[in-house]
Amino acid sequence: MLDSERTSLAQSELLRFITAGSVDDGKSTLIGRLLHDSKSIFEDQLTSITHTTRKRGSEGVDLSLLTDGLQAEREQGITIDVAYRYFATPRRKFIIADTPGHEQYTRNMVTGASTANLAVILIDARKGVLTQSRRHAFLASLVGIPHLVVAINKMDLVEFSQSVFESICDEFAVFAQKLDLRNVTYIPMSALHGDMVVERGDRLDWYQGVTLMSLLETLSIEDDINREDFRFPVQWVCRPHMPELHDFRGYMGRIESGSIKVGDHVKVLPSGLSSRIKEIRVYEGALAEAFAPQSVTLTIEDQLDISRGDMLTKAEETPRVTKNFDAMLCWLSEQSLDLGRKYLIKQSTRIAKVIIDQVGYRVDVNTLVHEDVSVLKMNDIARVTLKVQLNLVCDDYARNRATGCFIVIDENTNNTVAAGMIMPT
Amino acid sequence: MNHPIFTHLDALESEAIHIMREVAAECGNPVLLFSGGKDSIVLLRLAEKAFRPGRFPFPLMHIDTEHNFPEVIAFRDRRVNELGERLIVRSMEDSIKKGRVVLRSETQSRNAFQSVTLLDAIAEFRFDACIGGARRDEEKARAKERIFSFRDEFGQWDPKNQRPELWDIYNTRTHPGENIRVFPISNWTELDVWEYIARERLEVPEIYFAHYREVIRRATGLLPVSHLVQPQAGEKIEQLMVRFRTVGDMSCTCPVESHAANVDAIIAETAMTRITERGATRMDDQTSEASMELRKKEGYF
Repeated sequence: MLDSERTSLAQSELLRFITAGSVDDGKSTLIGRLLHDSKSIFEDQLTSITHTTRKRGSEGVDLSLLTDGLQAEREQGITIDVAYRYFATPRRKFIIADTPGHEQYTRNMVTGASTANLAVILIDARKGVLTQSRRHAFLASLVGIPHLVVAINKMDLVEFSQSVFESICDEFAVFAQKLDLRNVTYIPMSALHGDMVVERGDRLDWYQGVTLMSLLETLSIEDDINREDFRFPVQWVCRPHMPELHDFRGYMGRIESGSIKVGDHVKVLPSGLSSRIKEIRVYEGALAEAFAPQSVTLTIEDQLDISRGDMLTKAEETPRVTKNFDAMLCWLSEQSLDLGRKYLIKQSTRIAKVIIDQVGYRVDVNTLVHEDVSVLKMNDIARVTLKVQLNLVCDDYARNRATGCFIVIDENTNNTVAAGMIMPT
Repeated sequence: MNHPIFTHLDALESEAIHIMREVAAECGNPVLLFSGGKDSIVLLRLAEKAFRPGRFPFPLMHIDTEHNFPEVIAFRDRRVNELGERLIVRSMEDSIKKGRVVLRSETQSRNAFQSVTLLDAIAEFRFDACIGGARRDEEKARAKERIFSFRDEFGQWDPKNQRPELWDIYNTRTHPGENIRVFPISNWTELDVWEYIARERLEVPEIYFAHYREVIRRATGLLPVSHLVQPQAGEKIEQLMVRFRTVGDMSCTCPVESHAANVDAIIAETAMTRITERGATRMDDQTSEASMELRKKEGYF
């Protein structure tokens, strides 16, 4: 976007987060509270859920009904899948991936977490750190969510006790040490009454930290993307064949990480050929420099054979080019993993045949204990070794989420059967 | 390092461009559904951003109920002309003539029957991907739908059996006869759409702006008077200042009272509004709590 076109328009950033916890932890109430206090609930939605509350024989308004989407779910009173909610404050726009906390839904949490900047893990102050809290923290760290909020909810039911809050924080912190969690914030709250969600309330005076909303609005998410390593997977090659653009060859794609300037030396992988950036084009015109996550069109000085699946990188910041690597795999399909069978892998813009050769260990998501297994079932998380038919251009997931992730597709059913995160060698 | 501010509109735009390029690269025979409504107008600008200076790697298609507002059809044709892209129109009238759609009356809402004409057109052209302008904030069933939403041979959506969608790696694979609906603006809200229309200075059909119109007041909302909607006994025609928030079938698309005569005024009104877009304007979404979910299972957009 040209700067001149931006004047007087909304300048707010987009933050994506997930909420993890069971219905009993007050998760739906918390989401209802955020939507309600940011004035994002509409009258017809309120009318509709009031109606449903009454139909079920209850009184008042059950805010949790706002997040129950489908008829099937409403009939059974459960949440079966990831639902996306939207709200905005004058400072930011938010996308909530609302994931059910129920035991068998690891795959839903991983799905919702994959694009999140932040996770809110809800803990019932009366119950403390439960097995599922540990599971949620582990999954958040596995998927590399940069920021974590531990929301210790229902403080009203423990008389807003500071010592209850602190002992839960201590217990969680001991577990969190085993995980790679960079940025954890603990917040005491009562979602039902609104304390420390949007308003501070006056019953948690001993707590000096931020409210949840204030954290969501001000947290720096600038460095959630890798800003150092330029990665540009080619999605589409533009050759217009028009008289005025006879020799035009534009490489279209999104900058996944890092940045690029006109004149920069680039290396094309996996071929290893080199050239320099001639132009950075967007619809509005030409740019001198572009940054992740902009979608742009690049042209280069030399005529090289570049196609979809190739990646442009800077000469001095090269990724791995490999057919063999280890990864953490989350199995998503009801059909178990078939070791040694051919699947398809999609990583970045490249699709190739893949064999999952070996299962190193499975992680018990509740205890983090490593177990020896030879088969992976739905919701299992395991370290595996993969053998790909073609070279992939990739990074360690811990260094670069965008180029370190992949999915596995079953060629017979075309279903997405696994999600993977590439591990260091 | 100093980065320019990457606003929510920049983020949503870049995501949508990325999605469109994935469709172009991986799907064999995609099509973009263009109705002349504001969401599909945004899709066209995103397609320009994704593929210019080249041509669109897919045609545009309109499923015409022939209950459309004439202003919208005129706008549709003008916009397609400006772009120099190919438009396919498949009309519900053909489905009615072939006996594939049987209406109880001439004036009955045709929204639900669009599925039949759409599925016939998909079969006729063997499209394997339809890019549409649906958004997750529109409705509860949409909130749970994937960006790449898989449909079986009968065009049906199975909400309990959706492909997991992780990061932004999209699984675009289909077997012959199956297809995928792709929603690049899934994550946009009604307000985002209007802010984008303002930022890009996009033209939209006049009926989105406040104008005087003859309407009838019914329990479900205001209805525009036309050859399809005439006053019944006891109803009177009123002349009100209104605008449309969605443009669909004239027999069931309700305008709202408004004085918003330009995009900025609409943005201000949308930011303040207390009723959802579909709740305010679509009678067919009010009939039951699960109306959209049921229609989608039948193959609706």
